[in-house]
Amino acid sequence: MKYALLIYSQLNADEYGAVLDATRQADDNDGPWVKYTQAARDAGVLVGAEQLTHDDTATSLRHQGDDRMITDGPYMETKEHLLGFYLFDVDDLDTALDWARRMPTHPGQTIEVRAALSGLPWQRALAG
Amino acid sequence: MAAGPGGLAGTTRLERAFREEWGAVVATLARRLGDLQAAEDAAAEAFAAASVTWARDGVPPNPGGWLTVTAWRKAVDAHRAAGPRSTSVDPQVLGSVTADARTAPDIAETDMTETLGDDRLGLIFACCHPALAEDVRVALTLRFVAGLTTREIAAAFVVPEATLAQRLVRAKRKIRESGIRFTVPAPERLAERLQSVRAVVYLVFNEGFASSSGASLIRDDLCDEAIWLGRLLHRLMPGDAETAGLLALMLLHESRRAARLAADGRPVPLAEQDRSTWDSALIAEGTAVLDEALVLRSPGSYQLQAAIAALHAAAGSFDATDWPQIALLYRALARVDPSPVVEVNRAVAVGMADGPLAGLAVLAPVLASGALAEYGPLHAAHGFLLEKAGDSERARGAWMRATETLDNVAVREELLRRYVEPLTENPGRGVENGGSAP
Repeated sequence: MKYALLIYSQLNADEYGAVLDATRQADDNDGPWVKYTQAARDAGVLVGAEQLTHDDTATSLRHQGDDRMITDGPYMETKEHLLGFYLFDVDDLDTALDWARRMPTHPGQTIEVRAALSGLPWQRALAG
Repeated sequence: MAAGPGGLAGTTRLERAFREEWGAVVATLARRLGDLQAAEDAAAEAFAAASVTWARDGVPPNPGGWLTVTAWRKAVDAHRAAGPRSTSVDPQVLGSVTADARTAPDIAETDMTETLGDDRLGLIFACCHPALAEDVRVALTLRFVAGLTTREIAAAFVVPEATLAQRLVRAKRKIRESGIRFTVPAPERLAERLQSVRAVVYLVFNEGFASSSGASLIRDDLCDEAIWLGRLLHRLMPGDAETAGLLALMLLHESRRAARLAADGRPVPLAEQDRSTWDSALIAEGTAVLDEALVLRSPGSYQLQAAIAALHAAAGSFDATDWPQIALLYRALARVDPSPVVEVNRAVAVGMADGPLAGLAVLAPVLASGALAEYGPLHAAHGFLLEKAGDSERARGAWMRATETLDNVAVREELLRRYVEPLTENPGRGVENGGSAP
């Protein structure tokens, strides 16, 4: 079963930018997220992962009536921002929660664990 | 399947047996299908079939096995009828069973009866999964483990039946879609998950024992359900000390049920209870279960609380109670499971053991912190200790505060009647460890 582990943070755009700068400068091959990602890959359960730009720079396309309206900003203005995700393929929720628990997160961050659906027609197109 | 609309009271042994059988079928099906809704539907069909077939052909030699295998076949039929696109049940699982049920029903039957204990546990762990909200865990456990109807649970918790039904539908969907398994957790997760299970059982018991709202102090039926769940859990996990401790604690509390309420429904404080009406059989059983737990040498919060309850049960009178020992046990409890509520109870015990001033000293930081400002028993304990210390004036203020903060109508009225309305000296009144369950 596939699970998305969605990483939310309360950092605003400036704070997030500072964190990213620090991370890039450190260029640390031994950092906690490197180790975590390595461990997940070694366990053979990691399908993918992405880290996103701050939703401060998001662009939304709103389908209203017959129009697609481009707007500046995220779908919803909230205090918690989706900043990245890991996609796991594991047996059950407990195992997914274990991987969520192992994430080297900071206080104030939240991991939302969502199971992915399977067997839908469009997914067959994805498989080719 | 159960008692009438009035609630669960008067559950007969036949009804209980029926519910146990129903729960067992649901547990086995749920584990195999990974879907509580499908399990529930199949069980309903199997019981409907039984009412026809057994009336005609007599009860089969192994009714439980008959019901399980029949329910299983119904589930397979339902899956086939839904067609290959049905995603509610893993087709691989059903494929393996289809073969079982068609070609080798006897093997399937043996297999199913043998794993029953595990199935039951797996169902309990799923219903009490921490990924579900606490009230949802309680509702699921009462519905699917204890076998109560939605209407009965709604009545017991004073929520509209439709609301509860909706919560259950969502919970069943979450279990299925989010991949909560009907299995005993891996050893490294077991302690945490068991804690959640025990908390659910104790929550049901407390809701029945000292209901936080409503007009009746004791809702016997919920206590019965909690004790039944506690016995089941203890039977399934005999080596777990805290599970035994929880059962012992509930049995010992329950032993005082008759004495806790006067004939007119008013609560009777521990100090004034007629100890001859305490249920000696329940005390004996509770004490024996606690002794079993203590031998396992894995102490914990429930065992400590049960030990305190056992000391109360063993005492000839309120004054003759081993208060120094109880004060020590509360101190140990405060270390294992620190909370201001424990401090309130400890203050009363210390007050009885070493005098009211010592008790007030324990209470002072709790009062100062304001953490329990809205907690009635805190103010009742404060009033009790002040009264004992001879400060009637301030005691009355504390009683007044207690009546303002208690939700339970019966307790509030009794406090008002005793301590506030007369506006006279009223010394020596005991409140059962500050009014909460000791």
